[in-house]
Amino acid sequence: MSGFVGRIALGVLWVLLAPLLPGIINRVKAWVAGRRGPPVLQLYYDLHRLWQKGVVQSHLASPGFIAGPAVAWVAVLGAALLVPLGPAGTGLSFRGDVLLMLYLLALGRFATAWAAMETGSAFEGMGAAREVTFAVLAEAALVAAMLALSVQSGSLSLLTMLVPSGGAAAVLLAAGLFTVLLAENCRVPFDDPNTHLELTMIHEVMVLDHSGPPLAVILHGASLKLLLFSVLLVESVLPVRSLAPPASAALLAGGVLATIVGVGVVESLLARFAFRRVPLLLLTALLFCVFALLVAWQGGVA
Amino acid sequence: MSLNLNLLIGLAMGLNLVALGSSRLPSLIRVMSAQGVLLGTMPLLLAADFDWRVAAVALATVFGKGLVIPRLLRRAMRAASIERELEPIIGFEVSLLLGAAATIVSVAVARLLPLMPEHADSLLVPGALATAATGFILLVGRVKAIAQVCGYLILENGIYLFGLLLIHATPLLVEAGVLLDLTVGVFVIGIIVDRIQRAFDSLDTRKLTALRE
Repeated sequence: MSGFVGRIALGVLWVLLAPLLPGIINRVKAWVAGRRGPPVLQLYYDLHRLWQKGVVQSHLASPGFIAGPAVAWVAVLGAALLVPLGPAGTGLSFRGDVLLMLYLLALGRFATAWAAMETGSAFEGMGAAREVTFAVLAEAALVAAMLALSVQSGSLSLLTMLVPSGGAAAVLLAAGLFTVLLAENCRVPFDDPNTHLELTMIHEVMVLDHSGPPLAVILHGASLKLLLFSVLLVESVLPVRSLAPPASAALLAGGVLATIVGVGVVESLLARFAFRRVPLLLLTALLFCVFALLVAWQGGVA
Repeated sequence: MSLNLNLLIGLAMGLNLVALGSSRLPSLIRVMSAQGVLLGTMPLLLAADFDWRVAAVALATVFGKGLVIPRLLRRAMRAASIERELEPIIGFEVSLLLGAAATIVSVAVARLLPLMPEHADSLLVPGALATAATGFILLVGRVKAIAQVCGYLILENGIYLFGLLLIHATPLLVEAGVLLDLTVGVFVIGIIVDRIQRAFDSLDTRKLTALRE
């Protein structure tokens, strides 16, 4: 989508759609557990409520406490605008934009960890340390997945490189990217978004001291990241971009829905892993992506 | 046909990594026997026309590696009442990384080898090298005798995979002999495991080096 208005519209679409996903996950979890569950639009209500509240800020915290979530949100939205949203295309596309996406996601993570450590709370420092530790492997897996896509399409732009190859590479990529999605968005089995026990939290513990609008921004940014990763997963596995616009939009929506339902089912059926087992699982995701890269490279040479 | 074969070998290479990452003895045995069964069916895919001798060897391999050997190992495990947890010398993450590196290197090296044109596209040689390397890593990196036996069996799977290259040249008697040797070997090891357990109250092979007159 080109033109200034089109880009704004695309950004608004990303922003408005994102909070739907956590609602669907919660509905799936409630359905598996036999409860009725919160409404699908719950996160919208939460965001609205939080936005009207005041901010409580520590005397120790610098302006970075507020700036961190803002920077993280803008970085994630920027990364999302680089990812083609089915037939709507991208907000911005150029050669090598995949690198910008990876770096924007890293910047978002940095800003969240930075804001978490502003209040000097030991728990939040611990959460930030865990987040960054696991990110080392998760990011490597994401980079390997992007490399595999780039090798098999011979392109460095997200608009043209998200062309699924089918076969073994697609299966490997799907498995790897799904695990990365779970890790990056702090879902079970890496982290439990519902827990409020400090010793086991990762993402939740980082945002303990935030309140009001900054917390709303953090929550919205997390849902945006979830949408980004599920769109990325669907488009690198299913041939979304090669269909006519209505079919393509339907396939993308169906794929994202299936991914999100998958997340909900995983969350209902698995318990959070012990910390010492998490690196092994992340390593598995990395290996899936590396082997997808290997298959892409083999296919390219042979 | 070559595509199916490559898919099976790819699965076997995946099982290599599962074996390296599994932290419990029964799951390691299961992975090893699944790989044996997978490899056992391959001669049927390789042979252009149906040959009853090939079918017999395939059947014997599947039976031996999938049923007899795992059963012997489980029996030895039960008889010696070993704990199921593995205590690796080389940690699971590191051995997984080593295995992955071995797989990538074997794919890269297989490209450089002067292979027959009909084997150039297949994953037979990389699969064989990677499986043998996995066997070595398990042999070196695990201390329990039964885990080392599993490593040895995976190593043998790799050699078997290599042997499939020559399926038309080697007499099938050789294959059958190897299989028999293997079964007897595992049978003997099952007895030895029991003896080690009785003599040392543990199956940690590191204690064997402290043997004195």
